[in-house]
Amino acid sequence: MTSQDSAAGLKSSSVAGIEDKARGAWRGWQERRRTRLSNRQMFYRHTVSVRVLHWINAICLAIMFMSGLQIFNAHPALYWGRYSDFDHPALWLTSEQDPQGHLRGITQIGTTRFDTTGWLGASSADGQMAERGFPSWATLPGPQWLAMGRLWHFFFAWIFVINGFLFVVYAIWSRHFQRDLLPKMSDLRHLGRDIVDHIRLRFPKGEAAKHYNVLQKIAYFSVVFILGPLIVLTGLTMSPTMDSVFPFLLWIFGGRQSARTIHFICAFSFLGFFIIHIVMVILAGPWNEIRSMITGRYAIAPEEPPHGN
Amino acid sequence: MGTDRRNFLARAAAGAGALALSACKGPSETTWFPKVLDSAEVLTKKVQRLFAGSTTLAPEFTKADISPFFKANGTLNPGTTDYNAAVANNFQDWKISVGGLVEHPLKLSLAELRALPSRSQITRHDCVEGWSCIGEWTGAPLKNILALAVPRANARYVVFYCADPMSGDPTDPQYYYESLDLIEACHPQTILAYDMNGEALSVPHGAPVRLRCERQLGYKHANNVQRLELAESFDHINGGNGGYWEDNGYTWWAGI
Repeated sequence: MTSQDSAAGLKSSSVAGIEDKARGAWRGWQERRRTRLSNRQMFYRHTVSVRVLHWINAICLAIMFMSGLQIFNAHPALYWGRYSDFDHPALWLTSEQDPQGHLRGITQIGTTRFDTTGWLGASSADGQMAERGFPSWATLPGPQWLAMGRLWHFFFAWIFVINGFLFVVYAIWSRHFQRDLLPKMSDLRHLGRDIVDHIRLRFPKGEAAKHYNVLQKIAYFSVVFILGPLIVLTGLTMSPTMDSVFPFLLWIFGGRQSARTIHFICAFSFLGFFIIHIVMVILAGPWNEIRSMITGRYAIAPEEPPHGN
Repeated sequence: MGTDRRNFLARAAAGAGALALSACKGPSETTWFPKVLDSAEVLTKKVQRLFAGSTTLAPEFTKADISPFFKANGTLNPGTTDYNAAVANNFQDWKISVGGLVEHPLKLSLAELRALPSRSQITRHDCVEGWSCIGEWTGAPLKNILALAVPRANARYVVFYCADPMSGDPTDPQYYYESLDLIEACHPQTILAYDMNGEALSVPHGAPVRLRCERQLGYKHANNVQRLELAESFDHINGGNGGYWEDNGYTWWAGI
């Protein structure tokens, strides 16, 4: 063997070594995956009714949020009380010219003003900076078009309400509500531990993964039974016809402009819920979570054996 | 295999591009999709009517609730030659005619309108944009005026024709107009108002006479009213949707 050959041999043997290692790692990964798959337990988590209602609701919320921003943009200010005190808005998305003649977007909360150019108050659409409450990418339809935004909003409002009503009826009738959603006293007792587990991103395994933990129960319960009804009722309070039928709504919410402000806060609470919901889905294993909301089947990781030392 | 995949990716990208492009156009810009969305208007109207009937009253407020500043919207001043002359003349010759499907067509001067039984109400004005103002309105209940004219059996709507031109083109002024059905027109709080907060109606708020229909949004409250027409339908009037803003995409039912 020449020295060249031996060098080549050495080289190829070291390549072969790496390949062996890779193969070994791949086999190991496959083996662990097989074990994981055979150890995991498939659990029928969501009934077909819950899945269908969930996705209809998701579509409705997206459309209603974006068309709601479109409607808000027609008068991008919020007030507290019975009428609009135009000099004292609680929130105002506006704009002004800076000394160079450029349009600046201003967000005014109470009496405090923030420069939010490009996002709130003034943003560009088709490359042109224009006065606009929320940017056009966030609204439905994109351009300033109140009449069309209202058509979207009130069509999907019906679907949202009917869908939500069906869910509540179904959840109570099937005992999904009593069994899975209603926080119980025993749940509330380990509220503290669940908060710590959530912060440390420790997700339940085994039997515990079959049930919503107390934070999930509180979140789903409040969205379905508090936030949902609240956004519908404050929406109805803005209707002059419904105010003639249920004048007490005005009394409950402190006037039409207060109701409009609460409606806006509810909408952004839904957005906050949505963001946390998506983050939790991603952290908890997006494929498993999404599959469970499409096919109903959710894989449960086995409980880990206690760590030796 | 490789080329297949590339082809597939190219096709997928082209498809996504086409989808994005059609999304740019958007369902809002088609002719059929807004009609689907608008089907909810009929449902909303029927359900709201079911609850509200013909008599539920819009909330009325106290003098302490009146907005210190009442925003004027729409045409702040009609500004036509005829209207300016009427303002200069303090609306002495302003007439409100009632015609169409009625037994007794009539014309009322402002003095005659003011001589009719009147109603005062402190109510909230809700603009379709989202803001509200509270003001006191005094005027003649519309149902009394309709009773004088005696609508025919086939009359279903009252169409209000106004003096404010909506387009900048003087050769095609497109005057503001609105319509109510007879249920809303005969509602106890539906008045032809001539006073606001105890004073004669100002030009920005629709002098000399404007409609108040308190269970509906602001664009229904026609300003500078000149002529009332009772009609069986509004299909033949202007854009055929029953009002200036309705012809521009807003719903005829303005209860929400």
